[in-house]
Amino acid sequence: MIYEVDSLGFYGTYGGAFIPELLQKNVSELQDNYKKIIQSETFQKSFHQLLRDYVGRPSPLYYAKRLSEKYRTHIYLKREDLNHTGSHKINNTIGQILLAKHLGKTRIIAETGAGQHGVATATVAALAGLECVVYMGEKDIERQAPNVSRMKMLGATVKAATSGSKTLKDATNEAIRDWINHPHDTYYIIGSVVGPHPYPDMVAQFQSVISEEMTMQLAAQTGRAYPDRIIACIGGGSNAAGAYYYFLDNKAVELISVEAGGLGIDSGHSAATSILGTDGVIHASLTKLMQDKDGQIIEPYSISAGLDYPGIGPLHAHLISSGRTKVLTANDDEAIAAGYELTRLEGIIPALESAHALAALPKIDFKPDEITVVNLSGRGDKDLATYLNHLKKYQ
Amino acid sequence: MSNNRLKKIFQKKSKNLLSIYITAGYPKIDAMPKLAGVLARGGIDFIEAGMPYSDPLADGPTIQHSSSVALQNGIHLDLYFQQIKQIKEETDLPLVFMGYFNQILKTGIQNFLEKSTDAGIDALIIPDLTPEIYLAKYQSVFEAYNLPLVFLISPTTPLERIQLIDKISKAFIYVVSSSATTGKKGQFGLREKAYFQRIAGLDLKNPTMIGFGIDSAEKYQMACKYANGAIIGSAFIKSLHGEDYLKNAETFIEKVKKV
Repeated sequence: MIYEVDSLGFYGTYGGAFIPELLQKNVSELQDNYKKIIQSETFQKSFHQLLRDYVGRPSPLYYAKRLSEKYRTHIYLKREDLNHTGSHKINNTIGQILLAKHLGKTRIIAETGAGQHGVATATVAALAGLECVVYMGEKDIERQAPNVSRMKMLGATVKAATSGSKTLKDATNEAIRDWINHPHDTYYIIGSVVGPHPYPDMVAQFQSVISEEMTMQLAAQTGRAYPDRIIACIGGGSNAAGAYYYFLDNKAVELISVEAGGLGIDSGHSAATSILGTDGVIHASLTKLMQDKDGQIIEPYSISAGLDYPGIGPLHAHLISSGRTKVLTANDDEAIAAGYELTRLEGIIPALESAHALAALPKIDFKPDEITVVNLSGRGDKDLATYLNHLKKYQ
Repeated sequence: MSNNRLKKIFQKKSKNLLSIYITAGYPKIDAMPKLAGVLARGGIDFIEAGMPYSDPLADGPTIQHSSSVALQNGIHLDLYFQQIKQIKEETDLPLVFMGYFNQILKTGIQNFLEKSTDAGIDALIIPDLTPEIYLAKYQSVFEAYNLPLVFLISPTTPLERIQLIDKISKAFIYVVSSSATTGKKGQFGLREKAYFQRIAGLDLKNPTMIGFGIDSAEKYQMACKYANGAIIGSAFIKSLHGEDYLKNAETFIEKVKKV
């Protein structure tokens, strides 16, 4: 692997752990132990058993026939939407809850934007019998009521982040502050490939099951070991990291990351971090982020609450700057259209996040014999209200 | 280095030092120089001048709030440095910059250090720049300027790490009183005392200042028993309410300094 982190947690110039001293003990405990624990046979056995029997893996690789016909190529969907709790997020929370147990922690905290990671965390905390507190921006609590209810039913406490812009970035700040204030018993389950080292690497490893399965499924279904192209949406970038992981070193696979353009890149209401962002530190990681000339972080916008993050994972900053991944953007209206298109052609309602990945299809010049995999990171139940606001246009 | 006013303060005085934290631009955009005047007259030893940040990870609700009000008031880095210059013209108080690493990175490290030197900053507190990353990536650029970095230690910092921090520190060591963000309430108990005693017993080459959660004359006095002095932040910021905030600041300092 040429995309591994160095000892300080950097991918090239991006990454690291820019943490206050108060977090040092907890973070270095993880840095020193995560590889050893994850690679142990007992961990791997429990992890894969839960992924199979509890999450429902492997998730299918589905040949989308009508979608393929429309774009005159071969399109496969990696069905992370069929996982327990409805998205890829659970792959990571299963891994991290096992790690938390191993480290003897008794209290779990997490941040969430749209609520998918919050639900996935509340789920595994219930499974493990551990106390769980989920931080969620006050605005997101209003916008994502069904997921708030699910977390509560699962026994988690949902705490409103009322600082700053009251969304995902602030929920993450609050979770980090909670961790500072609980240095002994608490484990922080971060939901994406962001945060201080070792989180970006660790979360990418847990999500890598997506591409690991793809290699076998592709071989069985197409006779080929790798696709020509993989498309995934990126906010923080965990589903993309998982979908790319086993293909990073294979330059024959084109990797396309789709960012949320919001109302348009130049509209002032966008989350296209790699285009609008510059190098800086957010949530303890050096990466690309949206900020003003003084380094104050700018609040992003997207119709998708899972993509409106002002940074990207440091692995993605490295992949983009080194030219390994190509970035496309999809605006709100394009994502909505792509969501309806998949629904009407294949009978699958995608999460708005995943709809951004699908919205890249019209922008790509496909060859008829190429194989493209779109990572369908989540299902769209949580987004019905948003989709239905646009129903008239599609009747 | 010889003209560093902060070093001189520590050479001149080894006990009961008092430092006060100000959020630049709070409660009014032009408050910092005025507050500095009040603090100079009140006999404090140096000022920790905070440049507000949108995402202050190590800070509790009080400083988060003051930072967001200050940013709404329109504070920005150039204005911050103008106000620092103004303070330097009006008082002899050493001035320590407090801010987050992203602000420095975005400004450009060299550019930032030049601006700081030019304005009259005497040291820097950057709570999210760790000793490891500093040593691996940034030491040479920082050392080209005579601006000592102040590192923090906490109750969970292991001994070897404290020794490393002592070795690379050139002004003082910031001893965080408990495992918490800034401004947490409560008295110092046995656990804190034992921790302060442990640090005091290490015979560090740098002076130490205890901070976080110091909100009364009693806690200030107690911190001074185990360190060269103490830093007050949130409690001072909280006192800055109303149109009479300068008067309130004066009263606050009088109370803390009264033995």
